[in-house]
Amino acid sequence: MSGSHRRDGLRIASMVHRISGLALALFLPLHFYTLGLALNDAAELDTFLRWTDNPLVKIAEAGLVGLLSLHLFGGLRLLALEFLPWSPRQKLYAALAASASVFVSLGFFLSAV
Amino acid sequence: MSKQRETELYRPGETLAVKVWRGNANGGGFHAYTVPSQESQTVLDVVTWIQQNAEPTLTYRFACRVGMCGSCAMMVNGEPRWTCRTHVKKVIGDKPLEIAPLRNLPVIKDLAADMAEFFDKWTAARGQFQPSQSRDDAMAAISPDEPRRAAANAAIECINCAVCYAACDTVAANPGYLGPAALNRAWTLQSDVRDDAFAERLDAVSAGGGCFNCHSHQSCMTYCPNELNPTASIAGLKRLSAFSYLTGGKSR
Repeated sequence: MSGSHRRDGLRIASMVHRISGLALALFLPLHFYTLGLALNDAAELDTFLRWTDNPLVKIAEAGLVGLLSLHLFGGLRLLALEFLPWSPRQKLYAALAASASVFVSLGFFLSAV
Repeated sequence: MSKQRETELYRPGETLAVKVWRGNANGGGFHAYTVPSQESQTVLDVVTWIQQNAEPTLTYRFACRVGMCGSCAMMVNGEPRWTCRTHVKKVIGDKPLEIAPLRNLPVIKDLAADMAEFFDKWTAARGQFQPSQSRDDAMAAISPDEPRRAAANAAIECINCAVCYAACDTVAANPGYLGPAALNRAWTLQSDVRDDAFAERLDAVSAGGGCFNCHSHQSCMTYCPNELNPTASIAGLKRLSAFSYLTGGKSR
């Protein structure tokens, strides 16, 4: 294949869904480790929470929220695709899912800083 | 293509640079040819000219030349197309026209791909109609407005050309996947009220390699020369399968 099909919106939507899922899976152990600190090491947790006030960490968190919302809205799009009667507007729905994710991610960032 | 670019690259009466893949299952490569260019020339015309005038041993398939038989599909500039209905003018770029055998299928020789696995998968997806009545019964009266018939009609004009199969990245990554054409065929039969193998076919298309392997990239829909949407058919099979599971196999 020449590769032009890989630039198609729906092919990209599928890849974004997979990659966001994998990235979230990689983040989860760190998330659980931090939650574990609340039970085992309160002082260490406080140090960590102070570190998260760093603006760069806030940007990274906004990215994480973006990944989460991309995966959430992308997943809703797939559920609609597979369980509702077929709609020819799949590219519109993919674009709406991406827009909603940007909105959520920016909203998080603005409320965090 | 802009009008200006079109005049630069496509000059009827002059020549056309073409690269054709030649080889067999053990390997091969592209060979260059110069072909006279003509008005309204199709890619199949180009291949035929090469075989008749330059390379008598060139192997390729075609039959009807009018987009009905589905035998002349090839990769043209890296994209699967029905060559008899693809005008050179439409696909010519700024490089030689590149013609290769269909992707995702083994090569027999030159441009002829081995279609055996493609059709074996139709059989594996239970692509055969299973009559529920005999010739002695009255003919079934089916309204074209009936929703299931409308769903079948929307998907039924497949010519088995394997363009969707060649376009599918899921087939490329998972050779066991039945592919868009076989599943689309299964969907038309699941939507046919006269068919009597609904449960068996649903098992066949829900098993490993079946409809749940589809990632809904919709390349099949993008490239289908008959403008069918196999992804929609596969989504239909996923729905049938999920609802059948939820209702303990009672839904139809």
